[in-house]
Formats: sequence, C-alpha cells, structure tokens
Amino acid sequence: MSTRTDSAPTTAPTAAPPAKRRLGDVVFSGTALGAGILILGILVAVTVFLIAQSLPALTEDPAENPILKGESFLAYVGPLVFGTIWAALLALAIAAPLSIGIALFISHYAPRRLAALLGYIIDLLAAIPSVVFGLWGALTFAGYLQPFYVWLNANLGWFPLFSGPVSATGRTILTAALVLAVMILPIMTAICREVFLQTPKLHEEAALALGSTRWEMIRMAVFPFARGGMVSAAMLALGRALGETMAVTMVLSASGVVSFQVLTSTNPTPIPANIALKFGEAHGTGVNALIATGLILFIVTFAVNAFARWIVNRRAEFSGAN
Amino acid sequence: MATLTTVPRPTTSPAAHSSLTAGQLPKWLPWTLLAVGLVLAGAVFTILNFGGDPADFNIAGTIFFGFLIFAIGLIILSNIVESSRRAADRLATVLVSFAFALALIPLISLLYTVVVDGIGRFDPTFFSWTMRNVVGEGGGAVHAIWGTLLITLGAAIISVPIGLLTSIYLVEYGRGRLARAITFFVDVMTGIPSIVAGLFIVALFTLILGPGKYMGIMGTLSLTVLMIPVVVRSSEEMLRLVPNELREASYALGVPKWLTVAKVVLPTAIAGITTGIMLSISRVIGETAPLLLTAGFTTSLNLNLFDQPMMTLPVFVYTQFQNPGTNIDAALGRAWAGALTLIIIVMVLNLVARFIAKKFAPKFGR
Repeated sequence: MSTRTDSAPTTAPTAAPPAKRRLGDVVFSGTALGAGILILGILVAVTVFLIAQSLPALTEDPAENPILKGESFLAYVGPLVFGTIWAALLALAIAAPLSIGIALFISHYAPRRLAALLGYIIDLLAAIPSVVFGLWGALTFAGYLQPFYVWLNANLGWFPLFSGPVSATGRTILTAALVLAVMILPIMTAICREVFLQTPKLHEEAALALGSTRWEMIRMAVFPFARGGMVSAAMLALGRALGETMAVTMVLSASGVVSFQVLTSTNPTPIPANIALKFGEAHGTGVNALIATGLILFIVTFAVNAFARWIVNRRAEFSGAN
Repeated sequence: MATLTTVPRPTTSPAAHSSLTAGQLPKWLPWTLLAVGLVLAGAVFTILNFGGDPADFNIAGTIFFGFLIFAIGLIILSNIVESSRRAADRLATVLVSFAFALALIPLISLLYTVVVDGIGRFDPTFFSWTMRNVVGEGGGAVHAIWGTLLITLGAAIISVPIGLLTSIYLVEYGRGRLARAITFFVDVMTGIPSIVAGLFIVALFTLILGPGKYMGIMGTLSLTVLMIPVVVRSSEEMLRLVPNELREASYALGVPKWLTVAKVVLPTAIAGITTGIMLSISRVIGETAPLLLTAGFTTSLNLNLFDQPMMTLPVFVYTQFQNPGTNIDAALGRAWAGALTLIIIVMVLNLVARFIAKKFAPKFGR
C-alpha cells in the first residue's frame, strides 16, 4: 500500500468491484444495441440497394431503355435535377420570411396564454397528408391563383420570371412552389420558434432596459443568437421540399423542360414527381433508370440534411442556452 | 422633433393622461385604423363593382388593400406622433402579425374545401363498397380503408419495438462514438424523401423476388423506414425527461439496471412515448408516394399483406384524381370523400395523442 513499487497498474485504486453481469442486463442492453445498429444497417442497405439497382441503367445502352429512350442518363436527369432544385428554392424563398415572422409572432408577440395554442394551429398544417394538399392545390388553389397570374403577367411581364403565355388552369410551378411553401412552413416555424425561445432572457431584458423597442430588441438580441438555428431550419425545410412528391405531382402539369418562367403551362419536373408519374408505365430497365434518379435525389437530400444537422449540433455544443 | 409637437398635449387632455403616456398613440387607434382601412377599401371595391353581380365583390382585394391602408396610415401616424424608431417597431409588429394571418388562410381554405366537397360522398356506400366493377357513380373505399389500417398497423408493429429499443440504448446505455453516430443518422433519416423509401423497398424486392411485384408488406416495410426515426426521436426526448433521481433511487435499492429501465423509467415516460407513437402513426398514415410504388393499387378488397396489390386511402385519393375515368365529377367526389376520411383519421389521432399527453403526464411536483 505505502510502497507502490510493482503491480500498481493491476490494482488501480479507481477500479470498482467487478459488477455482476446479470443475464437480464446482458440481454436487455444487447437488444437495445442491436436495434440501434439495425438502424445504421437500414441506412446502409438503402444506399447499397439503390446503387445496385441503378447500375443496369447506367451501364446499359440507353437506346434499349424504355424510359431514357436513347438519351444518355445524364441528359435525362439534368432537367429533372433542375426542376427539383428550382421548385424547392422557390418554395423556400416564399416560406423562409413567412415562417420567421410566424415564429416571432408566436414566441415574442402573441399573448403568452395564446402562444401554445397558436403553435398547435401551425402544427396542424404539418399533420395534413400531402395527398390532400395536392388535391386542394390542383382543384382549388390553382383556380384562385389563375386570375392573379394573368394580372401578374400583364403588369410585370417584362420581368423574365413572369413572362410567357399564362397557363389557363393555374397549375404551374409557382402554384406547386406555393403549396410546397405551405407544407414546409410548420417544420421551419417549429425550429425557429424553438431557437428564438432559447435566447437568454437576460440579453433580451438588457436590451429592453436600455430603452430599445421590441423590434430593436429582436434585432439586437434574438436574431444574432438565432442566426445558426435559422439557417439550419431553412436547410431542413429545403430538404423536405426537395423530397416532397404528391403535392407537386398532382398540382403540376409536368413536361420536363428547363425554364425559369413560373407562369406558363410547360413546367420543369422535379425528380419525385417524375418517378411517381412514370413508375406505373416503366418496365425492364426503365425501373432501373427511375431508381437511379431516386438515388441522385437521395444523395442531394442526404447532403442537405447532414449539413443542416451538422450546423445544429455544432451550435448546440457551444450555445449558452444549455 | 416629434416630442416637441406633443408637449402641449397633456395640458389639453384630462388629467388621466400622465406625461408617461404622452407622445404615444392611444391603444384603440390601431384597431380603429384597421376598421377604417377595411371600410374604405370595401367602399372603393363596391363602387368599382357597381351594377355588377354582388357575388363578384372582390373580398381578397378588399382585405388586401384595407390592410395596406391600415399599415401605411399607422406607420405615418406613428412617425409623426411618436418617433421613427417606434414607427419601425409598429411596422415589424404589423408584418409579423400579417405573416401569421397569411399562414392561416391556406389552412382554413383547405379544411373548408375538404369538408364541403367531401361531405357529399361521405355516406354509407363509401364505407361499405369497394371499387370493383364500378364505372361512373357509386363505389366506395372500404378496400382502401382496410389496406391503410393493415399496412399502417404492420408498420407500427415493426417500428415501435425497434424505435423504442434504440431510444433506450441512446438514453440508458449509449456512450461514445456509436451512440453519436446513431443519433446523427437517425436525424438524417428523418429527412429521407418518402419516395426514396419506396424505391429502396422496390430495389430490395426486385433483387429477391424479381421485378414487378406489388404487395402490402412492401408498403409496410417502406413505411417502417419512414416511421422508425420519428419514434426514436420522440421516445428519446421523453426518456430524457425522466429525472435521474428516480433511477438512482432504484439502483440504491439494489435493482438491476434492466429492471430499473423496464419498471421505473418506462412507466414514468409511457404517456409521452404513447403520444409520440400516435403522432408518428398519424404522420405515416397519410404517406402516398412509397405506397404507390410498393403496395400498388387495385379496385378489390385484399386482406392478405403477402400477396397481390393492396389499395390504401392516400393512393385511392390519388388514383381517383389522376385517372377519373368517364365520370369525372363522381371520381372527384370520391377523392374528396377519401381526403375527408384521411383528415378525420389524422386529426383524431392527433387529438387523442395530445389528450393522453396531458392526462397521463407524470406529475413531478406535489
């Protein structure tokens, strides 16, 4: 004891008496660990099987492929990737300012007693199935918007976005983007609200005590603190918009072109909508071509989501809120 | 400056106005201004519509321009009476409230349209007939309702144990790199596009059984991929809420760890976990895209998950909309009725979940 010459490492003073390994503990923790590993396995399997089933479409002669119809795969997927990103960015451009406003309204403006209820109302939007959004967007919303599109085209037609012949049905990429914006509002609002509420109370009170108005307090105390969270909320919403299928499929009269005009009846098609529309008629290696486009969608959304989560996690470690 | 113009005010107003409220717009002013704006815009549009059909009255225009008059008037008044800083504050308040009101419009419009258009076919026939040999009017969605129930139930049976065990691992056992990796990938997995989940199952079954297969179980598995991460996230949050004192008290009595988790931690968090599971069910029950690729569509009732295509409610709505056949109105009527059924299911699940969370939440205070 007093002379620690040898054998000190073997009987380290911190070593607790060996815990008894009970069978229940081993089984229980083993199953829990297995479930966790299974999730990683599923993610790996998604990647592996998508790649395995995409390869035939990439290696085979495109002329024999019923979906590619002689085009090379890259030429086929290019306009679709454009459509995916264009629709999602339009939706994000509409939804981002709105949801920041809504989140502020709930966190800092609405009466405290109403705030929870208002948050729940916005969450209701997230609960509505996307196919119902599609039905409403195609049959009701597009009809409401069409006169507005005519007006927009007549008065702002010089602006490239609003040029071109106006669609008679209103089922354009702008309508699809508006429906998408409504669908991604809840997730973005929820995250922004959470981040706004995490602003240290002392910062807010200090700003108010110095005589700033509520808006100045928000600009000086809340926004600087929440900037990272707002960016990642926008990224997560973007990921949601990139992968949304049914609403776009039902609202858009798709034609797979590359065009920045948002009011015409020839619209670019996003990847998910294209898969949903073509899958029924696809056979043979056509299915493989569609799976390959799905793989590209998977990679894009994975990258966007991973980046967003990385921002969130990095922030969480350093923020003073926790 | 603005304050100078307001100095004489207290002398003219009754003594109730102290100097503290000087230089401020009275509280009733914004609301009055809003009413004035709406009336003004309404009057203008009534004159524009003079002699026309009253039904053509431009409601959207009235509200928009009424709001515009209100906002501009309030900012100008605030700039004159108060200060430019207060005016900016009022502008922000108006914009933020406007954003919230704007978000309510689609929600209200959607719920209204679904109820009004869906109630027409929301009848006994809809819940007792399939679409087998139905052309034109009539027909129902009982096959789709059964399909949705079976496929979602299957997805819940598979993903709840996996998700729950994973969350137990993350909260009670997980340390180090593996736990962090699982947390990260579960987060990323919540963002997988639903159609990719469907394609994954298609790719998997093409390799095993050959191409062109549609089965209920494929739909179940694709929903499982989407449901597991949601269950993990919500259960993990609930398990973390269980106070450590409860665990320590249990250990101090000599209870092994697995029994502590099973008999102390889980019962404490069970209400929250149930809520999370119900919310995740309500999320996947409305999924369309993966089911379209995996479970396919059919007009007949099929109760066997392992053979033949199986209709589901979201796919029913989609096919009625996309391939209406000869009688378009009848098909759209069925689509709206299906949408109404779907919304009712989702809303009931949501409300019951919130009720459970409220009613059975553990009470930590005494």
